[in-house]
Amino acid sequence: MSTISREEVAHLARLARLEVTDDELDAFAGQLDVILESMKTLADVDTDGVQPTSHAVPLVNVFREDQPQPSLPRDAVLAGGPDTAEDRFRVPRILDEEA
Amino acid sequence: MTKLNTFEQAVETYEPVLGLETHIELDTRTKMFCGCATAFGAEPNTQVCPVCLALPGALPVANRAAVEATIKIGLALNCRIAEWTRFARKNYFYPDMPKNFQTSQYEEPLCEEGFVEVVVEGETYRVEIERVHLEEDTGKTLHVGGATGRIHGATESLVDYNRAGIPLVEIVTKPVPGTGALAPEVARAYTAELRDIVRSLGVSDVRMEQGSLRCDVNLSLNRPGEEWGTRTETKNVNSLRSVERAVRYEVRRQSALLDSGERIFQETRHFHEATGETSPGRSKEEATDYRYFPEPDLAVMEPSREWVEELRASLPELPRKRRERLQAAWALGDKEMQSVVNADAVDLIEATIAAGAGAAGAVKWWLGELSRHANETGDELAALAVTPAQVAELQGMVDDGRLNDKLARQVIDGVLAGEGSPAEVAAARGLEVVSDTGALETAVDEAIAANPAVADKIRGGTHAAAGVLIGAVMKATKGQADAATVRQIILDKLS
Repeated sequence: MSTISREEVAHLARLARLEVTDDELDAFAGQLDVILESMKTLADVDTDGVQPTSHAVPLVNVFREDQPQPSLPRDAVLAGGPDTAEDRFRVPRILDEEA
Repeated sequence: MTKLNTFEQAVETYEPVLGLETHIELDTRTKMFCGCATAFGAEPNTQVCPVCLALPGALPVANRAAVEATIKIGLALNCRIAEWTRFARKNYFYPDMPKNFQTSQYEEPLCEEGFVEVVVEGETYRVEIERVHLEEDTGKTLHVGGATGRIHGATESLVDYNRAGIPLVEIVTKPVPGTGALAPEVARAYTAELRDIVRSLGVSDVRMEQGSLRCDVNLSLNRPGEEWGTRTETKNVNSLRSVERAVRYEVRRQSALLDSGERIFQETRHFHEATGETSPGRSKEEATDYRYFPEPDLAVMEPSREWVEELRASLPELPRKRRERLQAAWALGDKEMQSVVNADAVDLIEATIAAGAGAAGAVKWWLGELSRHANETGDELAALAVTPAQVAELQGMVDDGRLNDKLARQVIDGVLAGEGSPAEVAAARGLEVVSDTGALETAVDEAIAANPAVADKIRGGTHAAAGVLIGAVMKATKGQADAATVRQIILDKLS
């Protein structure tokens, strides 16, 4: 029995907009269990006296000055989208919220 | 459709608890995490780059000016500035962000625990600020195919990412209980004060109509002594007046539901400018699972105390101080000054005085005739079709004796109707005080002849009776005489 339930996998899949079949729900639940179990081995490491870090690089206060830089040409921008109209990206209708 | 209670009924039974979330777009030259320009109204998708499009390998770097602006806002709102703060990803799928997440802040906002004080009807309300954090704005979507350009019925949406990535500051209050029947006014006063504070800092143009200041209004109701109720969050509230109306409507709607034993759902609602009503927005099903996590592409920020103190020292005169200074300069009482503030007329009056009017005249116009007009049309004062310079010009004409109060009111009507400047309206409508004393004397003689009994009274020393004759002369001259002059002529003739 997985500690990750089918429902949790289905929920995660929905949040990530992934289509998952019934069979896959079971398979992924098991695989996610293995991943979580593996991660748990980190908990065995003695971290007394080790400062928590939030970032892989020990840098703070990295800022950019407020100086405009050239943007991309619009053709190049729009070329990245599957569909465009009126110099904008065209997307399927959005049902759930006003922008 | 639920039948609404009147607002008065509602606040007799229930106590409102307010909460306000305000988004303010900063007017930095570049976006939050890239060097794209931020000009308003640019051609669609011309201010975007690999970073704000989240193309693979692009790395964001925080804009120092935006961080400084946010710290200044925090300081002006009496907040504590974090010694350690970082960005977080707010994950959601919606085409207004090309990245499928918004870079925001989660558990470690830049500023926390502040307050704003507002005065409504002589009472001071302290609105506690929970947090001020820095994030990025989203793109603009245009819904096409529907009948109204709105999202419902649209067949597709067109997206412009120029706005995506512009620095956005979110200011969240703690719940504000205890405002009772004044909840709408307190909500409005807080929003106005916040806007004025941010404007004084010069970090945003805070124009609600352009969307650089946007408001979400949270509201719940409870019976006295009971726990706070479930709140709704109303979005799309884009003017000070709408803030007031949205609170008023939710109080009426929620109280009717509670009266009939129904429960309030925690939901997002949309405010409709045209009707003043709110309607349910997106379903809450999965909406709150944003799976925030620390942003791995941006370094942690540790604002040094020296930096914070430097910024504190650079703060300009804040609105409260400015109002105290102006109140003294304009010689207004507390109540009158409060009316000026509540009418959002401080800037307008200051500009009118700068254009040459005396303080008393400037205050009188904006609080009197123009406020009445604004109330009738449902506009903000600043939206009226009259400029401070025109008000100053009009007052100048009154001061010179070319217009009396009554004529001046007719002139302002013409200005508001788009007929031109005060001088143009006066000329076109033939509105000018009759200064030709010959004509006035004739009119006075006629009035005396028509009212012999009154004339006798005045001869007998009852000067107060002159009012009848003044009225007759004003009528004869269609109001275009100066009452004081007429009175003098009458008294001269009858003594």
